[in-house]
Amino acid sequence: MKILVPVKRAIDYNVKVRVKSDESGVDLANVKMSINPFDEIAVEEAVRLKEKGIASEVIAVSIGPAPVQETLRTALAMGADRAIRVQTDVPTDLGGVEPLAVAKCLKALCEKENPSLVIMGKQSIDDDSNQTGQMLAALMGWPQATFASEVSLNGDSAEVTREVDGGLETLAVKLPAVVTTDLRLNEPRYASLPNIMKAKKKPLDDISAEELGVEFKPRLKVLKVTTPPVRQAGIKVDSVDALIDKLKNEAKVI
Amino acid sequence: MTVLVIAEHTHTEIKPSTLNTISAAQKISSDIDLLVIGNDCGAACAEAQKISGVRKVIKCDHAEYAHNIAENLTPAVLKIARDYTHILAPATTFGKNLMPRVAALLDTQQISDIISVEDEKTFKRPVYAGNAIATVESSDDIKVITVRSTAFDKVPAEGGNASCEDLDAAETSDMSRFVKQELSVSDRPELTAANIVISGGRGLGSAENFHIIETLADKIGAAVGASRAAVDAGYVPNDYQVGQTGKVVAPDLYIAVGISGAIQHLAGMKDSKVIVAINKDAEAPIFTVADYGLVADLFDVMPELTDKIA
Repeated sequence: MKILVPVKRAIDYNVKVRVKSDESGVDLANVKMSINPFDEIAVEEAVRLKEKGIASEVIAVSIGPAPVQETLRTALAMGADRAIRVQTDVPTDLGGVEPLAVAKCLKALCEKENPSLVIMGKQSIDDDSNQTGQMLAALMGWPQATFASEVSLNGDSAEVTREVDGGLETLAVKLPAVVTTDLRLNEPRYASLPNIMKAKKKPLDDISAEELGVEFKPRLKVLKVTTPPVRQAGIKVDSVDALIDKLKNEAKVI
Repeated sequence: MTVLVIAEHTHTEIKPSTLNTISAAQKISSDIDLLVIGNDCGAACAEAQKISGVRKVIKCDHAEYAHNIAENLTPAVLKIARDYTHILAPATTFGKNLMPRVAALLDTQQISDIISVEDEKTFKRPVYAGNAIATVESSDDIKVITVRSTAFDKVPAEGGNASCEDLDAAETSDMSRFVKQELSVSDRPELTAANIVISGGRGLGSAENFHIIETLADKIGAAVGASRAAVDAGYVPNDYQVGQTGKVVAPDLYIAVGISGAIQHLAGMKDSKVIVAINKDAEAPIFTVADYGLVADLFDVMPELTDKIA
């Protein structure tokens, strides 16, 4: 059974985000970039399924200019077998490659590779859209199990526990299917040095967006990007009594 | 322009997030229809007809709609989607799961989690965990949108007099099947709708100690939330999580107890009207957003606060 794992190169989650002064976007110059954390969880889950003997091959996929190859090498070092990069010079952050276009691109790859399962992050931590997995499932006519915190495969179906607003929900989806990962699905491993070295020799193929018949023409025009109103730190109180007094008489919220 | 709002409901009741979504819809047009897809959902539809600002309720009732399976709900939405210029749903796990599926089949690029309507094609939405706000303009004919509930006031649940028409169920499939759910049962207010939220973090140290938060919450009628760290540590279930990937809340009063204030958490609560932080580390980032900070050991001050408040 083949598993396809789309991964995105995104701003590292520890980086303090700075909006450009001309309000055209977020400043990504000389900023640390990493594999999107939710996608890292997706890679880990796929690799675990391979280690259990359930999956036969794990293919990592990414879209973007040359640096996304680093992101794919990370996935290979974690245990993916091979990688595919879809070449484009369109930026992959805001105002560039959008979820619908990514879903169309992944659809073309799914038709080529015939995976039984696609595991991917529920959202990327840059544009926070939370759309691509659901869109891919729709375009393929496949079931979707989003926000997964537990995945178990039984033959031709997957039982997936989902984190929903009210608590947890379990679905059984027929394969092929799309699963999107939530934070508590697993704790991704650190790639060991030998595995990082081995990853350099694993196949990483480039394919152009044109070859897949996909165009990355944005539908949403980003007019501007601004810094949200900054909340000012208030005051420190020195006792419970002072706190209650402030809440009652100044803020008037209790 | 005509707007279709997809109702989030329990089959018997309309959920508050639907009222916030209708409020966002009103910023686009006054012609608003509300689609209720459910199983035995007559009671929810009766409630929907009373909501202020709704022109027409469309009821799509079928046993297969009992569990909000997106694969089954989507064809029902698509039956009427092309009659509208805008399709809105709340950016809850319900709407987040369903709407991209609808958008993809309409070949439209969804606009997620809007916090403001600038005009009928321009919207603001938070990106980068709320550290930036993007103003985006859509060129699609049908705009599929999810709405951040906390950014829009609720429309009144009463005062309307909408008609109700039936929509035949669409074709359903068994590719996705509901197995079970484990929902948290609580008498406390719902986290995203509460006036006061008290959240606990890693500082609580154990699941047992979380009763310190719950005791205060019950005394003042507050909802209980948690940081990701507290959920990851197993102190409370996932549905308590406030943050970028959990719930976004904006109550009148938010009390953060033993929470350091990671960016991820701040993204989910920094629009609260008044924020109180109780933490023994004076340098904790939570104090940079708190209106009132109390630097103290929570185990010392929480019993006193619970005792003296209200």
